[in-house]
Amino acid sequence: MIDFPRWKYWLVGLAMVLGLLYAAPNAFRPQPAVQIVANRDAKVDTALQKKVATDLDKANVSYDDISIENDRMLVRFANTDVQLRGSDVLRVALGDDYTVALNLATTVPAWLQKIGAHAMPLGLDLQGGVHFLMAVDQNAVLRKQQQRYLDDIRSTLRQKQVPVDSVSLSGDGVQAVFKTSDDRDRAAGIIGSDATDLNFSYGRTPGGAYTLHADIKPEVLQKLAQTTITQNVTTLRNRVNALGVSEPLIQQQGQNRIVVELPGVQDTAEAKRVLGATATLEYHADDPNVNPQEAARTGNVPPDARLYYMKDGTPVVLKKRVIVSGDELVDASSGYDQQTGMPNVNVTLNSAGARKMLDFTTENVGKRMGVVYIETTPVVKIVDGKEVHSSKTTETVLNNAVIQGVFGKKFQTTGLTQQEAQTLSLMLRSGSLAAPMDIVEQSVIGPSLGQDNIQKGERAVILGLVLVLLAAAIYYRLFGLVADIALVFNLLILIAVMSAVGVTLTMPGIAGIVLTLGMAIDANVLICERIREELRNGSTPLASIRTGYEKAWSVILDANVTHLLAALGLITVGSGAIRGFGVTLFIGISTSLFTSVTMTHAITALIHGRRKKLKTLWV
Amino acid sequence: MEIFHHDLNINFLGMRKVSIAISAILLIVSVWAITVKGLNYGLDFTGGILLNVTYEKPVDVGDVRSALTRSGFDHAVVQSMGGTREISIRLQPPKETGAKQSPDEVAGAVSKRVMAALQASNSGAKLAKPPDFVGPEVGQELKTSGIYAAIVVIIGIMIYLWARFEKRFAFAAVASEIHDTVITVGIIALVQREFDMTVLASILAVIGYSINDKVVVFDRVRELFRVARKADTPQILNRAINNTLSRTIITSLFTAITMASLWLFGGPAVHGFAITMLIGILVGTLSSIFFASPMLLWLGVSKKDLMPVTRDNPELARRP
Repeated sequence: MIDFPRWKYWLVGLAMVLGLLYAAPNAFRPQPAVQIVANRDAKVDTALQKKVATDLDKANVSYDDISIENDRMLVRFANTDVQLRGSDVLRVALGDDYTVALNLATTVPAWLQKIGAHAMPLGLDLQGGVHFLMAVDQNAVLRKQQQRYLDDIRSTLRQKQVPVDSVSLSGDGVQAVFKTSDDRDRAAGIIGSDATDLNFSYGRTPGGAYTLHADIKPEVLQKLAQTTITQNVTTLRNRVNALGVSEPLIQQQGQNRIVVELPGVQDTAEAKRVLGATATLEYHADDPNVNPQEAARTGNVPPDARLYYMKDGTPVVLKKRVIVSGDELVDASSGYDQQTGMPNVNVTLNSAGARKMLDFTTENVGKRMGVVYIETTPVVKIVDGKEVHSSKTTETVLNNAVIQGVFGKKFQTTGLTQQEAQTLSLMLRSGSLAAPMDIVEQSVIGPSLGQDNIQKGERAVILGLVLVLLAAAIYYRLFGLVADIALVFNLLILIAVMSAVGVTLTMPGIAGIVLTLGMAIDANVLICERIREELRNGSTPLASIRTGYEKAWSVILDANVTHLLAALGLITVGSGAIRGFGVTLFIGISTSLFTSVTMTHAITALIHGRRKKLKTLWV
Repeated sequence: MEIFHHDLNINFLGMRKVSIAISAILLIVSVWAITVKGLNYGLDFTGGILLNVTYEKPVDVGDVRSALTRSGFDHAVVQSMGGTREISIRLQPPKETGAKQSPDEVAGAVSKRVMAALQASNSGAKLAKPPDFVGPEVGQELKTSGIYAAIVVIIGIMIYLWARFEKRFAFAAVASEIHDTVITVGIIALVQREFDMTVLASILAVIGYSINDKVVVFDRVRELFRVARKADTPQILNRAINNTLSRTIITSLFTAITMASLWLFGGPAVHGFAITMLIGILVGTLSSIFFASPMLLWLGVSKKDLMPVTRDNPELARRP
């Protein structure tokens, strides 16, 4: 008898079933589709469904199915060519009221989706699309902050009448030069009580004057850098949404880079224009004499006012005169109101902006003031064979709040949820403090190349698997077959774990899968060789199996742990292709440890364990 | 079925002078190839611009090259992409003084000039897709992070082996590790295969694979030392290699089979990966047999280093 604990049988059985279930969705190929989402007050309903159907019929584009799922419409097509034609037709037909995006519709049965099983998302190399790497110019933001401190210090010193020779930018901060050390000490006290973000240090100029260095604290700089990136990522995400790409990837990479991957997109020029849009902000007074709903319906707006819309489609009428614009805003951050504890957004203006704001609010307490976010996207159209450059401007009202009191340099907006406060502060920053971005890397993968890669990858995996299965069965006979079963389940469980974790499948990932297949069998080779050795030494078959597994375990563990360390190195240090490969290898080694040892042991115990007398082992 | 008879006892350690000499020669040649010939870095690492051009009629790579040289693009790498009508051109943007341009703008300008040059000599030339490009900084960073990855991996493995085995084993393993990596990279430099991201990934995978192999042999060395009554080091090392020889070869064959299928069917995207892995498997297997154990002997491993540490039991000591 082989002692093999019952719970381990259950564990092995459970792993087999779960592996099969969660790997299954990958067998269902997603179908090319077009996704339609409503903008503003347009609706996704059966009327739209009819319109879409007739538009497609008119253009002679055949579709498989039109369905409505959670506020969006999906039109499924037979292949990508028809899908592209269909999306072109619909984009023109539906106009600006709807966003039309290329999409891959899942064909996984509902019951599988219900248990949370879904297919691995495909990387750009398997799906086609464009990849951009954008470098964010952090220095531009730093310089703006420095300038803000410079202005502040200069005006504070002037106000408090501290005699100062010069105030200038230096290093990560500001340097002020004084004639006497008394003046300097006074200045440090005054500035220090106001600005907590600065580190002060003293020095002397070669000429004997006294200097005061006010450097932005490193932790503040670090936070500034991080917010800059987060804010740029948010801005990019908004713009990509406007481009109508479904499932884009926008992610920070390293210190100051952002990866943008747009599956399905082939026109890099168009994508670049949208990503490279410029944004600004304007504060306008609300026009209290006009009913915005009425104005939106009739189009009647006083000549000194304009009709705007908020993001959710609510109309707002604002005066045309600009109170303060984005370049006068030096900081916007979300936080909590110190008195009420409610979420708020704190805005800081520079001195010029503060003066204008003070003048305006003095006269307008109790009235509303709106912030307009303006985005300008360059547009290139071909007219009569010539490129015509123009630009498209989108204006959205971010917020329209009541002025509660008179304020100048600093003010806060309240009455928001925490989420709203965060979004507002990010949008305010992107309209004023956006760090310029450069595209530093670009690659384009055609859709047919992606398809081709999938097919080749699949073929390589299957052929590799079959060859190893055959070789193992021939060389180790029955034990080889047992190892084969484990290897097949290793592949399934590996795919299941990758799908469950949500690893994006790429070509290097497929290479990792194939490599794992070859290496997973190693544990079985070790076990089988050990068993053979024990048999030769004269042990009984059952004893050989037991000692074989026992003795092989320590070396299998050591070999796999070192290998896992290697995979971990790939994940932590590498990026892109290397990381994808490392993740696959890591999961593959972990699952193989289970299938090659525990699973084969369970199967072996099932086959041989019941028999009291075992004469020969087929190994 | 058996490849080797189980009683096989080849005196591998006896050949250590020859085998180490061969290793040394290979290492020297590899270092020479890497430093003097240099690696043929791909776009990922060098930065630069990659253009895919299709022609209406079959075209000769040499003609394309000379058309480019005539227009002043001297160092462009021109390769055929399988067929005779599709070629890829990889080039460094010319260093120009003047207004600071982003890599994006540079790539656009250069691709226009290249296409003008190609169309002047063959009007059937067309850009197949927008150019791919990588900024020089990104490439440089990738190179450094690749080297870091290799160092981190090697150090991590060394610490683990030091803890689980003994320091001599850790040193021998890392020495063979570096040996395998350098020779694999050396071969790639020697044949001037393009060194891109996937090749780097597979180099790092070779490190993982080769350590796997060494650990199995070392584990047997440790076991034999522990059970042996009289320990003659070369004899034990030899027995360990012979005992594990079947496994070493079989596992290598199995892994090589999968990599060969990847090489044959995986397409150009993983070609470099599969070939590098195959080279690495060969080098790693040979070094497990001929290099790692002589290193152990040379570092002076002995039975007493490996006896399990028996903790002094004060309870026992007190007893008479």
